[in-house]
Amino acid sequence: MTTITNTSASVSQEPWERYKHQPHWRNNEDEFEAAKLGMWIFLATELLLFSGFFCAYFILRMFYPESFRGASEHYLDWRIGAINTIVLLVSSWNVAVAVRAAQVGKKKLLAFNVFFASLLGIVFLVLKIGLEYIPKIHKGELPGGNFWFAGAHGYDPSAYDPMFLSVYWVSTATHGFHVLVGVLLLWWIGWRALKGHFGPKHYTAVENIGLYWHLVDIIWIFLFPLLYLVP
Amino acid sequence: MTTIPADTAGAHGHDDHNVSYLHPKGGFWVTVWDWMTTVDHKKIGVMYLFAILTSFFIGGVAALSVRLELFEPMQTVKNAAGDSVVTGMWPFSTLAAYNRAFTLHGAVMVFMFIIPSIPAALGNFVLPLMLGAKDVAFPRLNLFSWYIYVIGSIFAVSAILLGGVDTGWTFYTPYSESAADYGRVIAMTMGAFILGFSSIFTGLNFIVTVHKLRAPGMGWFDMPLFVWAIYATAIIQVLATPVLGVTLLLLTIENIFKIGIFNPALGGDPVLYQHFFWFYSHPAVYIMILPGMGIMSELIATHARKPIFGYKFVAFSSMGIAAVSFIVWGHHMFTAQGELASVIFSGLTFLVAIPSAIKVFNWTATLYKGSISINTPMVYALAFLFEFSIGGLTGLFLGALATDMHLHDTYFVVAHFHYVMMGGTVMAFLGGIHHWWPKMFGKMYNERWALVGAALVFIGFNMTFFTQFILGSKGMPRRYGTYVPEFQTLHQISTIGSMILGLGMLVHLAVFVLSLAAGKKAPPNPWGSLSMEWETASPPIEHNFPHEPVVRHGPYDYDNTVPPQTKPGEFPLPAPDPNAQGH
Repeated sequence: MTTITNTSASVSQEPWERYKHQPHWRNNEDEFEAAKLGMWIFLATELLLFSGFFCAYFILRMFYPESFRGASEHYLDWRIGAINTIVLLVSSWNVAVAVRAAQVGKKKLLAFNVFFASLLGIVFLVLKIGLEYIPKIHKGELPGGNFWFAGAHGYDPSAYDPMFLSVYWVSTATHGFHVLVGVLLLWWIGWRALKGHFGPKHYTAVENIGLYWHLVDIIWIFLFPLLYLVP
Repeated sequence: MTTIPADTAGAHGHDDHNVSYLHPKGGFWVTVWDWMTTVDHKKIGVMYLFAILTSFFIGGVAALSVRLELFEPMQTVKNAAGDSVVTGMWPFSTLAAYNRAFTLHGAVMVFMFIIPSIPAALGNFVLPLMLGAKDVAFPRLNLFSWYIYVIGSIFAVSAILLGGVDTGWTFYTPYSESAADYGRVIAMTMGAFILGFSSIFTGLNFIVTVHKLRAPGMGWFDMPLFVWAIYATAIIQVLATPVLGVTLLLLTIENIFKIGIFNPALGGDPVLYQHFFWFYSHPAVYIMILPGMGIMSELIATHARKPIFGYKFVAFSSMGIAAVSFIVWGHHMFTAQGELASVIFSGLTFLVAIPSAIKVFNWTATLYKGSISINTPMVYALAFLFEFSIGGLTGLFLGALATDMHLHDTYFVVAHFHYVMMGGTVMAFLGGIHHWWPKMFGKMYNERWALVGAALVFIGFNMTFFTQFILGSKGMPRRYGTYVPEFQTLHQISTIGSMILGLGMLVHLAVFVLSLAAGKKAPPNPWGSLSMEWETASPPIEHNFPHEPVVRHGPYDYDNTVPPQTKPGEFPLPAPDPNAQGH
């Protein structure tokens, strides 16, 4: 335990200054390095999880190229997708700044960036659910066997449009779920940041959740062109 | 329970330093809560061991019921309405019931038993001790993995209680999405999905542990080969299991929301499901066998008192198996995919046999001129050598396209994978449990009765499954609840063999129970082994080692470190005199 020197000159220490590693580690640095390695491995597993969706996309697009083209053009508005892309990119920048802020001990900058990133995450979800999912449900543009959209404005749905929508719904919904989890995690570290848990000597959770948020962003960077920019 | 003489209590000021990890911390409920919230890898390993053996029992009962049903072919009788109906002995009054029984056997054995078995039960306990660490890298994640295992198992068992699933453990589409009451399929696939996370997090934990928690002085090539094997397994667990996760997730979503990615009626592709499924499930079989191979290295080196022949070859072959395991999945799909793909996968499949063969040769070379003790761990190691060789070689028959055309989906396949999974992994698991039993529980087991159990298991196993090679080559299809009368004799021999096998397992169970109740107290190092887990008490104290261990010799330095004629129980030798010139 770091001894807290009880002189009149010392300010009461923030929690991050008193942080002591778990007993099975030799020192704080080893524990931090191990936590980062663990998080990178976890991110690899997440990437492999999403790889199933990308694989399904590629196979089905190979089977039905014209249908995918038409479906992407008609069912998806690339402008909403583009705004969401910018939203996530900015939030990733926020998170990167947050990590730096923790490293130099700027508590307020850290907390602001974490909460702002979470706000952008919510914007992403609102745009997705409000401007994309809900209209689609009303119009029957649903995946696979649930598809009942009969056509509108001169667009005649092709037989394989439901396949495109299946891939779209499943990949974006799973991605959206990960965004939601990320927002909750950001709130958690934002709250801890305000309580002084993070500083130059200890900011493991900020680093790791930052990495997670970057992965969520990068997956969207791939989903966006594949789903929205087909035509 | 062992209490170690309290010679250091005063120096450290707290007495948990001298007390075994099994010693209860208080009254009954305090102890229960302690076990339920423990982050101690040893306790978690023990809990996994009991759960995994219970899963083995459930899967085993299912297997014995399947074998019982196959004692006679089903009869075609006329029912009350005058229709012809195929019926067998109770409870397999229909073929659908038989299908549910073998699905249950496969799903429970694969997902609840064999994949977690060695890493979660023995790996959790032994790995940190072998590295000289106090725990795994992420102890709380370890406890979380345990609870995920419990929850996943509950899902899977609930599927059984809801009436079972008849798709086979592989859940091929479109059949697995065709049931009107798809709730049971979802319960089982979601059970496997959740169990997959337990596997992923355990693998993640082990990778970081091996990288970051080795004792000072222990380089990568000073580690026991069990650690190398667990590390290679962990890499596969981490990379392959998420693909199974997304496959089962997609299958569940197909069932509920009818998205149709795998359903030809909606424009999807059922072969895509097979690709997705086998992309995980082939590496999964290496998750099953690699830890067993790791145990083999430990058993043979210790009980033949010889360094492993070709340490680096064995270590790198584990990594090689892990790497090549990802590129051979198509050999499960020779009849479903194109010819060029089949040729490529067939060639790659031959490649993956090479590292396994290297290990078998090296273990055999280790035995040569060794000082072999014929005890239960060694007997199981020898059984592994014999049975895994048969299983591995018959895999080549199946990997060759011309022969596979005749053997695909026959009992030959069933015999092959039981020879490698049971004749390999389960034999190694049993050998490992016996080998580390004194360390885990501080008790010796009755060697004579354990050898009786091992003999029954060996005889029963070979009777059960060797006949199945013959049945398969004669054309008996797999997953069939009935057969032509010509096959009956072989089926009956197989069934009797399975009963002998079951009896052998019960003998082991009795030996273990008696050991826990009244076994002789175990010394720290009953086998005279040189790996680090034996340099602490049996059972270990809570923090594993009283002082941070220092690596003084390699794990297999029997030639250099142990004087000849040293009896196993006399090792480790007393600490060297600090005033003398050390070596």
